[in-house]
Amino acid sequence: MDLLARAFPLLIDALGMTLFLGITSFLIGSVIGMTVALARLFGGPVLRAIAIGYVSIWRGTPLLIQLLLVYFGLPQFGIILQPVPASIIALSLHAGAYLAENFRAGILSVDKGQWEAAYSLGMPFPRAFRRVAFPQAARVAIPPVGSRFIALMKDTSLASVVTVVELTAVAESIGSSTFRYLEMFAIVAMIYWAINSLLSLGQEVLERRLARAY
Amino acid sequence: MDHGADCPVSVAGLHKRFGALEVLKGIDLDVQRGEVVVIMGPSGSGKTTLIRCINFLEEPDAGRVRVCGMEVPCGGKTKTRARARHIREIRTRAAMVFQHFNLFPHMTALGNVIEGPVSVRGMPKAQAEALGERLLARVGLADKRDEYPSRLSGGQKQRVAIARALAMEPEVVLFDEPTSSLDPELHEEVLQTMRELAGEGMTMVVVTHEVGFAQDVADRIVFMAGGVVLEEGPPAEFFANPKHDRARSFLRLVARGSTYADAGANGAARTDALLPADGRQE
Ligand SMILES: Nc1ncnc2c1ncn2[C@@H]1O[C@H](COP(=O)(O)OP(=O)(O)O)[C@@H](O)[C@H]1O
Ligand SMILES: [Mg+2]
Repeated sequence: MDLLARAFPLLIDALGMTLFLGITSFLIGSVIGMTVALARLFGGPVLRAIAIGYVSIWRGTPLLIQLLLVYFGLPQFGIILQPVPASIIALSLHAGAYLAENFRAGILSVDKGQWEAAYSLGMPFPRAFRRVAFPQAARVAIPPVGSRFIALMKDTSLASVVTVVELTAVAESIGSSTFRYLEMFAIVAMIYWAINSLLSLGQEVLERRLARAY
Repeated sequence: MDHGADCPVSVAGLHKRFGALEVLKGIDLDVQRGEVVVIMGPSGSGKTTLIRCINFLEEPDAGRVRVCGMEVPCGGKTKTRARARHIREIRTRAAMVFQHFNLFPHMTALGNVIEGPVSVRGMPKAQAEALGERLLARVGLADKRDEYPSRLSGGQKQRVAIARALAMEPEVVLFDEPTSSLDPELHEEVLQTMRELAGEGMTMVVVTHEVGFAQDVADRIVFMAGGVVLEEGPPAEFFANPKHDRARSFLRLVARGSTYADAGANGAARTDALLPADGRQE
């Protein structure tokens, strides 16, 4: 496999970039998602409206358009971003909209009596949330959040459109210079699949650990 | 001196409505230190709402609620930080035992009991665990310290919930139908725990239809109907000679166990024997 030998170092770097995009965007997206979920559930009317609007827009438009807007559109306002930060911003905001809904559903699944028991012990809201509601919400939210992480990993391939050198871009460039498209795209497909299999496994382990308590 | 000033619980002129429905229409209730007050009354008469107003799980619309000398203005529109802090302080003094236990499912029995001491009272974990073990032993569940609530029976759950309430070392414990969601054969273990608590001098406000418990343990029965206190008095008096028709018909229903699942088999038998013959006419 001469091709593989030549492609290998490039693929390793590209894999690193894909993982970097996916994990960073997931972490930032989670912070956005939790903030938006809390704003929507517990905020005043203004915060709620902003949260609802954000989720509606970022879930209701294609990720590719969002990415192009951030990368090509923002420079018109004088905001010029490098491809990697632009991709991370678009991916984080996109994932954040979905994660907000996952977190919100998780928090809403916590029985009212749990909050009341926490409050009746004299806990203020943040502590009741952290100690009582969040662990129970997490258990409910983990399956959809895991699915979102996996979807996000695949979505990183769109960053190739704005010239980020990640797996898809590398497959395409080696493919075009060697005319071995089939092999190259099959190889990166396998790599995505391997990453996401590991993520699924991690999700399962986490679910089992949280279920142990019940 | 202000009336009821040194009572653990002092409620005066309490009003509460949910939308168009006026649930509490001016309730007065003073609970003395060490007193056990049992609140009875038909479903929907506002018993739950009353005890939830005492620790501000429900916001009263008007009137006065004072717990251990602490008073938070009722019905005000201003929700300041200081007010919220006062309410939390009141909640640590007036602990609550719920009809459906509301144990934290992701914590062990001991974890449930020490949660308040550790995260609210700031007690060191080792000290809280010692306290928690003592309390679990006191409700007869020392061997269940590491079990999660899902592995406990209903009666055991409610006893853990009682231990959790006691862990705050409260001045008064509020019980909202603590046996109503239990199978009849599990009532007695919970009632026994409550009897012991009363015997140790704990101030208790108990909403219950357990006539046997009320007769043995209560210092006073408060009978509510339609959002007011219709009558109150020592249990011997109340059960032997209820003054109002509504109290009489209520006691008959409880005795038959026809409206309340929690009147249970032995509760029913006991009440029947104790009901005055003339209470059965009409
Ligand atoms: N949060 C609420 N919103 C609207 N109505 C309520 C609420 N809580 C209680 N109620 C109503 O108030 C009345 C009294 O309820 P409750 O205090 O639970 O009575 P009890 O405990 O004596 O059965 C009932 O008619 C009930 O439906
Ligand atoms: Mg009730």
